[in-house]
Amino acid sequence: MPGYDNPMGNSPLEVKVISKRFALPNSASLDVYLQHDGYQALKKALATKPEDVINEVKNSGLRGRGGAGFNTGMKWSFVPKQSAKLKYVVCNADESEPGTCKDRPLMEYDPHQLIEGIIISGYAIQAHQGFIYVRGEYRYLLEIVDRALAEAYARGYLGKNLLGSGFDFDLCTHTGAGAYECGEETALLNSLEGLRGYPRIKPPFPAVLGLYGGPTVINNVETLSNIPHIILNGAGWYAKLGSPKNGGTRLFCLSGHISRPGIYELPMGFPLRRMIEEVGGGVPRGKRLKAVIPGGSSCPVLTAEEIDVAMDYDSVAKIGSMLGSGGVVIMDEDTCMVKVAGRIMRFYAHESCGWCIPCREGTSWLKRLLERFHSGGALPDDPDTALDVAYNILGKTLCPLGDAAAMPTISILQKFRHEFEEHLKLGYCPYEKKAVSVA
Amino acid sequence: MKDQTHKSQFVILDLPPKPENLHVPGPYTRSPSLSPQLNPAAEPVSVTIDGKEVKVPAGTLLIEAAKQAGIEIPSYCYYPGLTLQGACRMCLVAIEKMPKLQTACTTVVAKGMVVHTETEEVKNARKAMLEFLLTNHPLDCPVCDKGGECELQDAVFRYGAAETRFMEPKLHHEERKFSSLVYYDWPRCILCYRCVRVCDEGLDVNAYGIGFRGAHSEIIPNRGEKLECEECGMCIDVCPVGALTSGTYRYKTRPWEMTYSGTICNHCGDGCKTTLSVRNNEIVRANNRDHSGFNGEFLCVKGRFGWDFVNSDQRLTAPLIRKNGKQESGTWEEALGVVADRLNDVLKQHGPASVAVIGSNRTTNEENYLLGRLTRTVLGTNNLDHHRTADYGSLVRALTEVKATDRYATIQNIYEAPSILVVGNDPTHQHPLVAYQIRQAVRQHNAHLYLLNSREIKLQRQATHSVTVRTSGEPDAIRALAGIQAPHAGLVVGGTGDFDSFREGLLEESDTVIIFGDEIRGKDVADLVRWGLALPGRTRFVALGDYANSRGAADMGLLPDVLPGYLPLPEQAARERFEAAWQFRIPTEPGRDIRSILQGAQSGEIKALLVFGSNPVKTFHLPKEQLSKLAFLMVAELFPTETAEAADVVLPATSFAEKSGTVTNSCGQVQVLKKPMRKAGTRSDLEILLALAGRLGHKWAYQSSDDVLREIIAQVPGYAIALPNLLIGRAVATQPAGTPPELASADLIFSSRDSLFTSGTLSRYSWALNSVDEAKRPHGHIF
Ligand SMILES: Cc1cc2nc3c(=O)[nH]c(=O)nc-3n(C[C@H](O)[C@H](O)[C@H](O)COP(=O)(O)O)c2cc1C
Ligand code: SF4
Ligand code: SF4
Ligand code: SF4
Ligand code: FES
Repeated sequence: MPGYDNPMGNSPLEVKVISKRFALPNSASLDVYLQHDGYQALKKALATKPEDVINEVKNSGLRGRGGAGFNTGMKWSFVPKQSAKLKYVVCNADESEPGTCKDRPLMEYDPHQLIEGIIISGYAIQAHQGFIYVRGEYRYLLEIVDRALAEAYARGYLGKNLLGSGFDFDLCTHTGAGAYECGEETALLNSLEGLRGYPRIKPPFPAVLGLYGGPTVINNVETLSNIPHIILNGAGWYAKLGSPKNGGTRLFCLSGHISRPGIYELPMGFPLRRMIEEVGGGVPRGKRLKAVIPGGSSCPVLTAEEIDVAMDYDSVAKIGSMLGSGGVVIMDEDTCMVKVAGRIMRFYAHESCGWCIPCREGTSWLKRLLERFHSGGALPDDPDTALDVAYNILGKTLCPLGDAAAMPTISILQKFRHEFEEHLKLGYCPYEKKAVSVA
Repeated sequence: MKDQTHKSQFVILDLPPKPENLHVPGPYTRSPSLSPQLNPAAEPVSVTIDGKEVKVPAGTLLIEAAKQAGIEIPSYCYYPGLTLQGACRMCLVAIEKMPKLQTACTTVVAKGMVVHTETEEVKNARKAMLEFLLTNHPLDCPVCDKGGECELQDAVFRYGAAETRFMEPKLHHEERKFSSLVYYDWPRCILCYRCVRVCDEGLDVNAYGIGFRGAHSEIIPNRGEKLECEECGMCIDVCPVGALTSGTYRYKTRPWEMTYSGTICNHCGDGCKTTLSVRNNEIVRANNRDHSGFNGEFLCVKGRFGWDFVNSDQRLTAPLIRKNGKQESGTWEEALGVVADRLNDVLKQHGPASVAVIGSNRTTNEENYLLGRLTRTVLGTNNLDHHRTADYGSLVRALTEVKATDRYATIQNIYEAPSILVVGNDPTHQHPLVAYQIRQAVRQHNAHLYLLNSREIKLQRQATHSVTVRTSGEPDAIRALAGIQAPHAGLVVGGTGDFDSFREGLLEESDTVIIFGDEIRGKDVADLVRWGLALPGRTRFVALGDYANSRGAADMGLLPDVLPGYLPLPEQAARERFEAAWQFRIPTEPGRDIRSILQGAQSGEIKALLVFGSNPVKTFHLPKEQLSKLAFLMVAELFPTETAEAADVVLPATSFAEKSGTVTNSCGQVQVLKKPMRKAGTRSDLEILLALAGRLGHKWAYQSSDDVLREIIAQVPGYAIALPNLLIGRAVATQPAGTPPELASADLIFSSRDSLFTSGTLSRYSWALNSVDEAKRPHGHIF
């Protein structure tokens, strides 16, 4: 067993596709993988035309699991067929979104599933080099993935002339150095090139001008882990697992005030209420639910009244939030939402790369304001100022990190304004019953 | 187990080995989309900005298109010529059919685009950015150098955000001294990254990086704790706020307390325009304030900081007259009297052939012209020369012979050239502006750079092809290129490829600008020109001379056998031209060249020597006694140089900052010096010459240097320039034609090979140039 607690949840409601091998002994090894359909999809893909692979993925309704939820096959189709520069595929394993921890078991328990997915994506766009960009703190995963890569090389699943198809593909890992921003695709590319992890101006998008100026596809670990299943079982099968335009299943990471925290593989479109109450066992100690972050800290929070929503990209977007990265954070009635806002902002202020003014200065300002507000220094104008500052960030930054910082703040300021008023009236936090320091 | 996992997170250095066959291209390059290119070939694009329609070339950035419509979009990180950043978000505008505001600095115009730059949303966004910038800004405008010329002040003045809602303690980092010339004040920095880019993309030095992140991001030196760079101060110049300040200017004055005079840098031969800012009759700053002229905002360390020799307390401010073996201060009257008397004595006793004159590389054209007149008429000798640092005569001769005198390249020609060949010289050190323009041509227009040199020089980084030849091998290489003689074994010792690919590459180019240094002189120049003119297109030429008016010294005929405008002295018609102008006979025999003059001084054949703005003792490494046989030595100088110390009379001369006149750069472009100040006790060489001529019995009618300039325009071939163009501050190109006698001896042409931080005598008296650590490095050290 790995050197830490197993993060996987266990629920009869789960539909296990990408996590189906997780429980097998020695699941990360190539032998176990081969015994359970391993590299069959690759064999199948190499026998089809690259464009057909792309179409299959497109039709499966697979959408990016990194956060933005863009149709993966569509993204691949933007890569020009002919390119003077080398093409690349990059796997985004920088998983840093607070509340999100799903890429971790995918690499830990089934690295070959990911590797197979990457090779197929490389074949689809006719790239011959791939990179797995692993967040620096996932050092122990790096070792697992590197071991898997070595095995794959040794057995001819990587390198020259894969499975006798004439297709060459090389793949290696690269570590980040601990910056959330390096999960943003263009910052990741810069970091991979050895530059500072600052995002690039878009357009041009990486599919056209990416790593080293070549066309590049960047996908999340979970996105790519789905690929072998789509190829093996067909787009139709995959699409039917989920809801319309939201194919497949997804790993949801339940955390916070929930009885059975853990990672659960559930079909796209699974109702949030059931996810909390049935899968996660509800809010512990009989407390009432107050708020839910549906997809990692970058998403606007939902109130307890808003949880009757299907967990797919479109449904969550319809009620003004995002499915994001699958990190579902549950908060009970004792949670101070001012403190939550301050804590989230502390993360973004710490992680803002500092490239552009609104995010650099805005997050730092909001963090200090919200923390002061919560710890007894509330001023009457603060909530309005904070809201305005957040709006001054929103939509004006170079990369989406600014939006990610602004949106939860705005949602908390709007949906939980009364908690701010209470702090103001009392002069201290009503939940902690005294002036506190959150520093 | 848990602990182990945790610990290993922090061991990130021993990365597992990577597969060997990584498909990764060579050096890391920045995305080309960061420097968009205009596409003049494509159909122009028409866009509507605030209701005004403008038609601009395809590829134009919205912010530039707006400028053409007369609309200013505020910007910080955008800086024309540097890569795009999209960082400051000041330039957000509303574009119809786009959901969010867009940055005008990164948006390329598209057909039919409708843009609004003054909607409430846009105005609020601008105000918001300024409010953000001011949150941690110290607002110490009252003590900030930049106060009054700060782009942050200007924007807040215009767009508001004067009231703050920011109630938190401001972040603070201590000020850092990056070098003796550059200081960095973190709280004022708005992180526009202009400094980082100008240093990298403009100077190819890359001294700056960014440290930390988020609100604590700061500009840091890339090589250790302090700057290791060319110290050009371009970063200070482009900084929109008072974050980067100059070691020579900081806390000295307020911008509105100075007077500004646009003039020309007096150091190298490139002729950068600069503005001297003067307060209380003292220069406090130099920058090309209006960015006019061919150098734009560029100045190298000498231009930006090396003017301080003017303020040096070692300046001579009273004439020195040798009495009983010792130099003692005297009055101008007395000194000029001594000079006239002693000259008269020598002339009477030994005749004009015993008198000689050495001129300067820095004095104005007018002064040089008059010095020629004085020597040839008043003194009656052609013993006249100067330290020649490039063979302009041979270039003029070669181009004239083949009727190609329209092929002198200007600085602009270098910048616009599709192909550039540099033979010899190290422009990075000796001609910083030329090097800058070559780099810009390569970076911005993909110009091809060919280098032929016996030294390893920094421009090799930009070179398409370079050939390194053995020491002094450049002339042989030219002959080999031209097919005059086969390259002999051992000629080529390095470079990017062989000789043939170098030549073939050049044969495929067109409109090449050929730039050469002192390595090519005499007949070699003719070989180079003949071969160069046979290349495709309009080949143009530049000979690189060391100092601010090296070219002017040659143009004005500070030579023993050449009259102004490269007219050959032995030719009667040439002499007659100036005899008519000067109403005096010119001796027919060519005089002694500079080496012969100095030998004559030692042998006793030369009895009296007048030296103007030159230090031959140092330049020619003369032993101390060499000039001691002279019956009379007069030196007009700014400083007590080695030559001045040997003089019988030293006349304290004015510097470039204390006189008017014109100078001609290496490319033959004439520009005007303006006089922002005076230095008590000094006189210009022009004033000295007028006084001497008068005392020696010649009545000259000039009232000012303007009168001399008018005569030059009328008399000197190639100098028939339009005065108004000159007076409004343009650099006016000259195209001299003439067939001066062939170069008598190659050793008459040699460059001082100054480094970035030296400039002959002058740099020795500059605190700034000597204060930087880089100046102490071995010559040629580059970053
Ligand atoms: C600030 C920021 C951080 C991000 N971090 C991650 C990350 O850690 N992992 C990830 O897969 N995508 C991350 N993304 C999303 C990526 O930019 C990109 O959309 C994603 O890798 C695309 O893959 P997908 O289409 O498979 O989702 C981040 C985006 C932003 C703006
Ligand atoms: S939004 Fe934030 S993280 Fe993104 S570029 Fe701007 S400062 Fe960096
Ligand atoms: S020091 Fe000046 S030029 Fe450099 S980033 Fe800061 S504000 Fe911009
Ligand atoms: S490049 Fe030459 S002319 Fe220009 S500033 Fe430097 S020394 Fe002066
Ligand atoms: S000027 Fe456009 S983002 Fe800075």
